Amino acid sequence: MAISPPTNRLWWKDPIHGIELFWIVIAFLWGLFMFFFMIAWHFIGQQNLSNETYKVQPSAYVERVDAFAEEFQVVDAAGKPVEEDGVPVVRPPAGGDAYIVARLWEFWPILELKKGESYRIHLSSADWQHGFSLQPTNINISIHPGYEHIITLTPTESGTFGIVCNEFCGVGHHTMTGRVRVVD
Amino acid sequence: MTSIDQGALPAAVAGTSWRICRFSGLKIEASAEALIKVNAVAAVLFLALGGLMGLLVALTRWPAVQLLPAEWFYLVLTGHGANVLLFWIIFFEIAVLYFASAVILGSRLAAPKVAWFAFLLMVVGGVMANYAVLRGDSTVMFTSYPPMQASQWFYLSLIIFAVGALIAVFVFFATLVVAKNENTYEGSVPLVTFGAITAGIIAVFTLASGAIILIPTWLWSLGLISNIDTLMYKVVWWGMGHSSQQINVSAHVSIWYAIGAMVLGAKPLSEKVSRMAFFMYILFLQLASAHHILAEPGMSSSWKIVNTSYMMYLAVMGSMIHGLTVPGAIEAAQRRNGFTRGAFEWLTKAPWGNPAFAGMFLSLVMFGFIGGISGVVLGTEQLNVLMHNTIYVPGHFHGTVVAGTTLAFMAMTYLVVPLIFQRDILWPGLARWQPFVFGIGAGGISLFMMGAGTLGVARRHWDISLTDAAHAYEFPAAAYLMMGLNGISAILAAVGGVMFIVIVVGSILAGPRLDRMGAKLTFPLHDKGRESVSEYGSHGTLKLPGTIILVGIFFACFMLYYFVNWKYLSELWLFR
Repeated sequence: MAISPPTNRLWWKDPIHGIELFWIVIAFLWGLFMFFFMIAWHFIGQQNLSNETYKVQPSAYVERVDAFAEEFQVVDAAGKPVEEDGVPVVRPPAGGDAYIVARLWEFWPILELKKGESYRIHLSSADWQHGFSLQPTNINISIHPGYEHIITLTPTESGTFGIVCNEFCGVGHHTMTGRVRVVD
Repeated sequence: MTSIDQGALPAAVAGTSWRICRFSGLKIEASAEALIKVNAVAAVLFLALGGLMGLLVALTRWPAVQLLPAEWFYLVLTGHGANVLLFWIIFFEIAVLYFASAVILGSRLAAPKVAWFAFLLMVVGGVMANYAVLRGDSTVMFTSYPPMQASQWFYLSLIIFAVGALIAVFVFFATLVVAKNENTYEGSVPLVTFGAITAGIIAVFTLASGAIILIPTWLWSLGLISNIDTLMYKVVWWGMGHSSQQINVSAHVSIWYAIGAMVLGAKPLSEKVSRMAFFMYILFLQLASAHHILAEPGMSSSWKIVNTSYMMYLAVMGSMIHGLTVPGAIEAAQRRNGFTRGAFEWLTKAPWGNPAFAGMFLSLVMFGFIGGISGVVLGTEQLNVLMHNTIYVPGHFHGTVVAGTTLAFMAMTYLVVPLIFQRDILWPGLARWQPFVFGIGAGGISLFMMGAGTLGVARRHWDISLTDAAHAYEFPAAAYLMMGLNGISAILAAVGGVMFIVIVVGSILAGPRLDRMGAKLTFPLHDKGRESVSEYGSHGTLKLPGTIILVGIFFACFMLYYFVNWKYLSELWLFR
């Protein structure tokens, strides 16, 4: 029994049953497959999280986001800067850099992207850790203060998308959202 | 090592008293018995507290109910994590370690005074943590990610608890040495003890990781250190946070083997294979910290791939092996017991009315199908982006820790109460149903949270309708449905939990005494007389058709679910 010492003192010399051996081989091969499939996806897949990260002072990062928003804020026909819910809507150049700062309790600013174009999205936090959860696409990335994470993102559908914070960040956590617009 | 006479009896050691268990034949020393009792009782009390908090959390996350206000919700969620994930589980594991060393090996417990001191530290830590959380200034979640700061009492309580647990683990190791020196057993340690040693080794790694990160964090909360790097904190903290769940895996797999042996007379198909599977845990399970760093900046893909896969999934292989050998050992035993018809008579005529067996088998199935498969998918480097920090994550670990570990520990308790407390189970009718009520509830919360997570619902979030948010966003109606079903399942699990606590506390206090002559167990242990004379299935003739079908279904589900998620991933926006 499993609660008494092995009946055969030389248990390591017992042969392995065919069934067990067969299952061990299957489990091992399946493990190898899953391992190499992660590596393969870096070559065949279009969804791989970037490793490009820089250390940054949160205050310096916020200054860059402010400058970016000022430079690329959308202007309407009357020459007035466009805002939504009091937050500037910013249209970064296709292929260029775009910035989002996460802070208590908002994602700022609102980005307007063009479908099928790539953007270098910079993510960092001004204070605590936050979670970037793009909905309903369901892309989820952690955001740390002091680390600037750059992701090359290409929207494949147009519409209005929500960003919901999914890392607990204090009592206002459930009010922390943002928005991304994707136009054709 | 060999200075003690070969014939020396353990009773020769001064100040130890012994009894022989009439039901199991195990030789039990008094101080080991007392320490198993107190650790098990403390575990059950923390389960009651943490379970109540869990019910409050689930009822708040049910959008139609939203029971608690936001501040209380986050506070109670912090307490829920600490009480069940740390205190319930680790107190019970210490009881399991003492059982697997002193009781199974028929040895005295090494250094009982030190073991009492360890218990005291753990109680102080557990109580202090609840004090810190209920004060209201430590609502930082169980993970306490900096720069969010809890009160110094919160970090200090966890350090004290971890030190206590570490000391208890060393008492376990010392007991193994005592048993070896005093020749209380022949040959190698039993498989269950081997599994417990695995749990003990992982526990040392885990608790050391906890100390390495929590001590500086505590100093930071006192103002003695200016800054804790957020990424470093996560990497080291999860060396405790995730690896401590691997103590659970080793412990509850040992319990599966133990219950199979005690209730059905199961013996391992082959000692070598089962022990090798445990050994894979020792070598590779600790890499799991990476599962929480897959969506983080700052770590390379190579680091993520090697660590998240436990080095080419060799630890997953260990679990898949147990997934065959545990039901296989049970099937072989049941066939020896005479249930040989068809592929599944051994299972349909298994003692489902015995809560120890029912709980054990439900734990085995749900740990594999729900917790295991979802864990591998969630821990795949790229697939993690689909679910990171969504409520899928708690869905996964309620499949492992609640439906798997907690249910297995509950099942074991139905043996601990008669064999250690020497009290029979009160209200056997209630006890028969308890594993099913709790198991279905636990399976439900796991599946429905996973369902809501695939629809993007965030974990640790008070309000999915985002009423007060800066920018509105509507989750699909199905997400609300899932969270409602999760609430209903949580009520079911809570009913099962209350049944468990009522039965256990009632039996300990007022169950029929079993230390009298002629007393019988309501839920009997395995009776060797029932075994057919012929040895069923030597390695030449071993036939396990039922188990082969079961693992075949498991493997098909595993592959299907794995590839479905890659399909989902390939439909996302492109990012690199």
